[in-house]
Amino acid sequence: MGKIEDVPTVNGEGFQLTVLDKVIGAARANSLWPLPFATSCCGIEYMATMGSNYDLARFGMERMSFSPRQADLLIVAGTISKKLAPVLKQVYEQMAEPKWVLSVGACASSGGIFDTYSVLQGIDRVIPVDVYVPGCPPRPEQIIDGIMKIQEMAKTESLRRRYSDEYKSLMSNYNIESDEQ
Amino acid sequence: MSELNEYSKLNHLSNETIDGEISTLNLGPTHPATHGIFQNILKVDGEKILSSEQTVGYIHRAFEKLAERRPYNQITPITDRLNYCSSPINNMGWHMTVEKLIGADVPKRVDYMRVIVMELARIADHLICNSVIGVDTGALTGFTYVFQEREKIYELYEEICGARLTTNVGRIGGFERDFSPTFHKKLKAFLKEFPKVFNEFDNLLSRNRIFMDRTIGAGPISAQRALDYSFTGPNLRAAGVDYDVRVMNPYASYEDFDFIVPVGTEGDTYDRFMVRQEEIRQSLKIIEQAYNNLPEGSYKADVPEFYLPPKEDVYNNMEALIYHFKIVMGETPIPVGEVYHSVEGGNGELGYYLISDGGRSPYRLQFRRPCFIYYQAYPEMITGQNISDAVLTLSSLNVIAGELDA
Amino acid sequence: MSSKLSNETVLSQLTAKFGSVILDSSEPHGLLTIEIQPSALIEVVKWIKTEPSLNIAFLTNIAGVHYPDVLDREFAVVYHLHSLVNNFRVRIKCFLAENNLVIESLTSIYSGANWMERETFDFYGIQFNGHPNLVRILNEDSMDYFPMRKQYHLEDETREDKDDRFFGR
Repeated sequence: MGKIEDVPTVNGEGFQLTVLDKVIGAARANSLWPLPFATSCCGIEYMATMGSNYDLARFGMERMSFSPRQADLLIVAGTISKKLAPVLKQVYEQMAEPKWVLSVGACASSGGIFDTYSVLQGIDRVIPVDVYVPGCPPRPEQIIDGIMKIQEMAKTESLRRRYSDEYKSLMSNYNIESDEQ
Repeated sequence: MSELNEYSKLNHLSNETIDGEISTLNLGPTHPATHGIFQNILKVDGEKILSSEQTVGYIHRAFEKLAERRPYNQITPITDRLNYCSSPINNMGWHMTVEKLIGADVPKRVDYMRVIVMELARIADHLICNSVIGVDTGALTGFTYVFQEREKIYELYEEICGARLTTNVGRIGGFERDFSPTFHKKLKAFLKEFPKVFNEFDNLLSRNRIFMDRTIGAGPISAQRALDYSFTGPNLRAAGVDYDVRVMNPYASYEDFDFIVPVGTEGDTYDRFMVRQEEIRQSLKIIEQAYNNLPEGSYKADVPEFYLPPKEDVYNNMEALIYHFKIVMGETPIPVGEVYHSVEGGNGELGYYLISDGGRSPYRLQFRRPCFIYYQAYPEMITGQNISDAVLTLSSLNVIAGELDA
Repeated sequence: MSSKLSNETVLSQLTAKFGSVILDSSEPHGLLTIEIQPSALIEVVKWIKTEPSLNIAFLTNIAGVHYPDVLDREFAVVYHLHSLVNNFRVRIKCFLAENNLVIESLTSIYSGANWMERETFDFYGIQFNGHPNLVRILNEDSMDYFPMRKQYHLEDETREDKDDRFFGR
């Protein structure tokens, strides 16, 4: 669980003085709604992470959103083949900003042991990725570590990052239309 | 009050007065209810399905081509990823295929150890399938209970091979190590505790009025059509045919054990669910018999060309050194021939057709994958049903995407 | 469960009925394997299904194999069939030449042959006459070669990120 930082406050009833970035960062980090894009064996380890032994609900991820329109975090667990790559890109484009991508497993990060004609050698060939979790399959503790790193990124991200030129050029590298002005 | 009268009048309208229209609905490839990546394009009239068209191959990983590149003992990790919910069965099946090719004689102890591991895997596979049928009808609690039990099975796997899910367990000729004392302790605890939790899960769903109303009649298939589509495994047994590879072509000393093969009648979702529930109980019975009668002996066969020698021998003994070198470099002489071996996987007859030309890797290795073969009957099973029943049928068929696409 | 039929009885019944169509027979590791002329495939499979003493009525597997070095017999289609009643398995092989890669489809006898034949077509390019929908199943539709043939590499030829020197190839 994340620790809410101590911010200096003014004593009084019902008012708190803090920095907007920190509040929004804390709110975003502790209420990420994941979209489990689980294709193969890493998907079963993800289901085990969701189960009661390695509970993901305590990170604020009680509700798995299967609709990209309502999700913040795209968790890609499993092998992505070249046939599935356009589908993945479409799902990513349907998500609203701010969005993060967690690539779980060796196959999603780099193609894994399947260096074959039909497997996409890493999802970062079609979408930008924030955190990579290696393993085949990674233990649930590793997946939780990856999620905690995403939470760190969400907490400390600048509110204007998605409008910055650097971000826009990143999106255009992947040929993803960014509709922020 | 008057609106209710209007509504009840609507129910008596005949079909001619309702304007129907056929619409196309896309179920997949990413869909919360399809556990795996498959696409079904349905033509529906309201909620009723008229026809469907399938697309598979979304995680085609080219196992068969990959197997032609790797030496025999490096193919075991690939077989893991076929039906990843019960990977020890795939591993053992592959090792038995190679042992058949080279003509190895495996000690009884290895057979019984293999049976214990395979039946644990079968329990794990059926647990996932049944809890997911529960989830699709809305009963999420069963899922959390069952996954806790799967964690215990994962701990047992970790004792024997170190990995949780994709186990890569065993070697050609047996196992890499004997069962440790911790494994004996954990297995005894599992055999004592698991039936209680399983009975709770059973009580939740098996005779539950809502569950039965939902699943009886959903996605039926007759025994004749199932045989025509080459169904095997629990799906075929739910349709009424008692074909089980463990009984018909026994391997790994299955003929020593006393178990029944449960059979359904209608071939609908409820029958598939109940067949799997009963198979979990039968698997527990087999594990108990195997564990109580575990014979003394070696945990490996005498195949020095394929089984790595112990390190002390490698440093002191010339032959062991040479064998070690040959095995690691993949220079072992393999007999020429072709063999087909099948095991009873979680979903049916998992077959390995191996053609060897004497080289370090197989000339051709083809996996007979049960999921791939019975999934083609899915359009026939859902025509005329509602969309929600189609979703239930899909999860009760236990289609594992790794085995579907290989 | 032991088998109610033996390899010899089945082979003798088959040779008595079909004679010259059966080109070769063997028993690798105890499984009766017969090689027949591709044109006689439907006849043989239908006969062993309907013949009451054999009742070999379950199609287990269809596989393709590529032998690039054997002239006029480059491709083999291997059928594994099973008699559930008599507990008997048989393997039927048909060899095809590369310039005439056509064989009859078994979908008229077994509905389960549909996807198995599509997979063989997808991997090797073998045409099955009479198949209702012979298109690629596991690979992308836009793929223009048949990947399991021996002349093609495992890896994607067009990839630019992996340097073969470091991967030992």
